[in-house]
Amino acid sequence: MAELPQSALAAAPASLDTGGSAGEGTPVLAAARLVLLRDLTLAFRRSGQLVQPLAFFAIVTMLFPLAISPELARLREVAAGVLWVAALLASLLALEFLFRDDAYDGTLEQYALSGQPLTGLMFAKTAAHWLLTGLPLALIAPLAALSLGAPPAAIPGILASLVVGTVALSLIGSIGAALTLGIRRGGVLLALLTLPLSLPVLIFGARASELAIRGESIVAPLELLGALAVLGITLAPLASAAAVRISLE
Amino acid sequence: MARGANLMNLRDSRPMSHQGLEAENLQLWRGERHVLRGVGFSVERGSCLHVTGANGAGKTSLLRAACGLLHPESGRLLWNGQDVAADPPAFHASLLYIGHEAPLKADLSALENLRYWIGMRRRVSASALGAALQRVGAAAWSDRPARTLSAGQKRRVALAALSLALVPLWLLDEPTTNLDGEGQRLVGSLIEEQLTRGGLVLAATHHELPVAPARVRRLELTLG
Repeated sequence: MAELPQSALAAAPASLDTGGSAGEGTPVLAAARLVLLRDLTLAFRRSGQLVQPLAFFAIVTMLFPLAISPELARLREVAAGVLWVAALLASLLALEFLFRDDAYDGTLEQYALSGQPLTGLMFAKTAAHWLLTGLPLALIAPLAALSLGAPPAAIPGILASLVVGTVALSLIGSIGAALTLGIRRGGVLLALLTLPLSLPVLIFGARASELAIRGESIVAPLELLGALAVLGITLAPLASAAAVRISLE
Repeated sequence: MARGANLMNLRDSRPMSHQGLEAENLQLWRGERHVLRGVGFSVERGSCLHVTGANGAGKTSLLRAACGLLHPESGRLLWNGQDVAADPPAFHASLLYIGHEAPLKADLSALENLRYWIGMRRRVSASALGAALQRVGAAAWSDRPARTLSAGQKRRVALAALSLALVPLWLLDEPTTNLDGEGQRLVGSLIEEQLTRGGLVLAATHHELPVAPARVRRLELTLG
């Protein structure tokens, strides 16, 4: 063991980084990319967690034909609402995992002390969360819509509204997930915090899907959904970074 | 030798200020408990502060306050003569804090954990990663998921992170816990090297630190 120290030191630059010089340091974007990659890698190692919200979404949308009526004409009227309520609940289900493991194993602490802007890292985490839950939900939603009697021509509109809407849902949810970090069994509180904030997304999202099913233009509600997503992109990472810092105290 | 010369340059560029970490009159409350009652210390480059005290005396709180995770109700923390509150990211970039538990992801291997953890701070080459893992005796199991590692093995991975991060300030909470005799000597030699490089170390433990006593100052916290 006594001889090894020199070789280990020789492999690394000898001077200590004083923090002021950016020469050796990782740029913010590269750090955010690492956070994203880490979360994606972890999710695929534990793929059970990935499938859960999707299975939940599929089952909830299947309950409605059983509970209301198997008539496609009647189902078509409620299809947009069913899709969006199910998507909202499914994305809520996945939110609990967003920061929880990172808080338990000390990863969030290391993020906060990395010298990188925590806002950027939170954005990367939320992006990973959307790629793992929001995007898959949006991709299977057209299938559920077809089984609820939506015409195939509605698929592009439904897909577009869910892709944009789940971005907003993930961002809004990240604030709630960060705020409830310090609370044991915060699942219900998370729902109570997040659902009211998600109402605008639900309203415009369901409206866009409904118009798509009727074969009308979805531009107006889709633009409003986009505005909500942009608002989320600008504000949600700031809020969740602040909430994470508080939870570490 | 190059290391020494480098450090001299660094010192010359900022001749007036205190080079190191200083805390003045830290007062910290946790709910109803007054944990830190006017704690102050000063650590220069090349020296080590050994924080001791009974369980619950506030060792961990002091370390967490010193790295900026906890915000004391009053008192100041100075890094190289500047208040750390003025630029927290710059201060954080020059420290590495390792708590009771090594911050490892159970589903990632030791190697992957280090690559993501340290890679966020600075670029690390595969050879540097390999050398650091070799140094802490982790080469043989560096591709096993962290969930299969023992507490002592996880601690060794955290030690590898210390030598990779190349930051001047180390804050170590119970660095020798769960380590065998050889592992504890490894902690000692890593700390000694860090001090020789001109770094500084704050270590909280109620065990003895395996470091030459001449370089260590003790700070005893008492239960209030």
